[in-house]
Amino acid sequence: MRKITARPYSLRDVPFHYCPGCMHGIAHRLVAEVIDELGVSGRTIGISSVGCSVFAKHYFNVDMIQAAHGRAPSIATGVKRVLPDRVLFTYQGDGDLAAIGIGDFIHTAYRGEKITTIFVNNAVYGMTGGQMAPTTLIGQVTKTTPFGRSVEINGNPIRVCELIAPVEGVAYVERVSLHNPKEIIKAKKAIKKAFEMQLNGIGFSLVEALSACPTNLGLSPLEAVKWMEEKMIPFYPLGVYKSPAGVV
Amino acid sequence: MKGNDAIGEGAILAGCRHFFGYPITPQSEVTHYLAKRLPEVGGLFMQAESELASINLVFGAACAGARVMTASSGPGISLMQEELSFLAGSELPCVLVNIMRGGPGLGNIGPSQADYFQATKGGGHGDYHIIVLAPNSVQEILDIMKKAFDLSDMYRMPAMVLADGIMGQMMEPVVIDEEKSIEIPPRPWATIGRDYHEDRNEINSLFVILEEMEEVNLRLLHKYEEIRAKETLCEDYMLDDAEVALVAFGTVSRICRAVVDKAREQGIRAGLIRPITLWPFPYDVISRTAKSVQCFLVVEMNMGQMFEDIEIGAKGRAPVYHYGRLGGMVPLAKDILEELKRVSERGGTGR
Repeated sequence: MRKITARPYSLRDVPFHYCPGCMHGIAHRLVAEVIDELGVSGRTIGISSVGCSVFAKHYFNVDMIQAAHGRAPSIATGVKRVLPDRVLFTYQGDGDLAAIGIGDFIHTAYRGEKITTIFVNNAVYGMTGGQMAPTTLIGQVTKTTPFGRSVEINGNPIRVCELIAPVEGVAYVERVSLHNPKEIIKAKKAIKKAFEMQLNGIGFSLVEALSACPTNLGLSPLEAVKWMEEKMIPFYPLGVYKSPAGVV
Repeated sequence: MKGNDAIGEGAILAGCRHFFGYPITPQSEVTHYLAKRLPEVGGLFMQAESELASINLVFGAACAGARVMTASSGPGISLMQEELSFLAGSELPCVLVNIMRGGPGLGNIGPSQADYFQATKGGGHGDYHIIVLAPNSVQEILDIMKKAFDLSDMYRMPAMVLADGIMGQMMEPVVIDEEKSIEIPPRPWATIGRDYHEDRNEINSLFVILEEMEEVNLRLLHKYEEIRAKETLCEDYMLDDAEVALVAFGTVSRICRAVVDKAREQGIRAGLIRPITLWPFPYDVISRTAKSVQCFLVVEMNMGQMFEDIEIGAKGRAPVYHYGRLGGMVPLAKDILEELKRVSERGGTGR
């Protein structure tokens, strides 16, 4: 008998706590598969952030650090500056990266730190129970925008890829989605490219993975996928925003 | 050598090769010194975009097993408090220097001891301590940097060197003992990649299971008790037959030493207690002294912060008085002497 699928070596054999329909599990698996395929599992250090994905520290079978809210890129930089031959990735949600941690993120990108950031954007705060994220769409109802996000009160959603792509020092930026198998295959390719940019010493790399949080959207997993297709992806277009060839 | 340079050179002598920081007066010279000096010894000096980033860069470098430090002054140290809590919770070693300035708020750049509470009683959230060392000469700054790194490593927790603008600017001759070999203890817990140690390492301060968190708290508590028992440092001067005990740390302790001499010339039996570790605090010395003196006079450049620790140590056995100058002002020897005379009369009849 031939084994056709297995848990990646870089993921631990522990139960995940994520909700039904949550796409963190997919993102974790893609990152772990890429680490395995690149053969860097033993010299990779991951930084988990604050939010639902804080438990990433427990799920990846690599050395892991749990960061304070928003600070993962600075901590990754600290490790990388001491150990330049190691592979560093941060795994951050939209609140962590685009709200409280956007300063650390932008400065890390401008310094061209050779680290890889996996940014999971589901347009809502998960861990704290469904409040507005910086990436919450206009009109989207959350616990703290019960009448829908309004530009007047809350300002506009942040498009992270578009913000960071023009920055010198940034080697690779791609926005992918985890809502169907075709896009998941593309997402894995993007994550692999991002890690390769780091391994080749080119610069900072970012993959933004659109994902759904059915629990806090108040939708079934299937409805959440539909919501992503109809609402989220039109506002956050998928594709490569920056590669060594230049800004796309 | 200048105090601020001694901080930098002391760190290098202690084997520190990584500094992350942000400019703030009156600490900036530490960064100037290390920006030049660290590359000469193969180290890294990096200016961050804020104190918030600085301390997180320090956190990362500590995770990677480096002897690492930052330096700042009050407002910057305030910004680092969240991460101090995380460093304590994650049990990571590193050294911070606070060249205190006048406050609250933006305050001013005058010498001050207003951050005593923040340094010794927490500042960040949660149940934790950091080691706090208060040198009073340039030589001691140089030596205490190594002490700070060693203690921080031994107990896997942050250590802070607490000084002020006078200490930073003061120029004094120093003896540099370069022969001493640096032994940096192994760090089997560091997150340097799974290939480089047994098993897999995780640096973490999140414990969602309450019993697990309590276990961590208890481990920290036992560590803190061990430090209290073994690492408390204190110096005294003319204390044996003293009727009035002055208590002061850092810059003020130098002035108070001169006050003791002057008081003795005038027939007042004064002595001086100088805590060198502010946490752990030498409560035992205060407690013992409370039995033999008429009163304590605590002199500080604040409203009375260490004063509260003297009250705890004295346990009501002797009255405790405070004399402070505020806002970046430095107490003058003649004013302290006058206050000393007043309290020695009051203290004698007050019991």
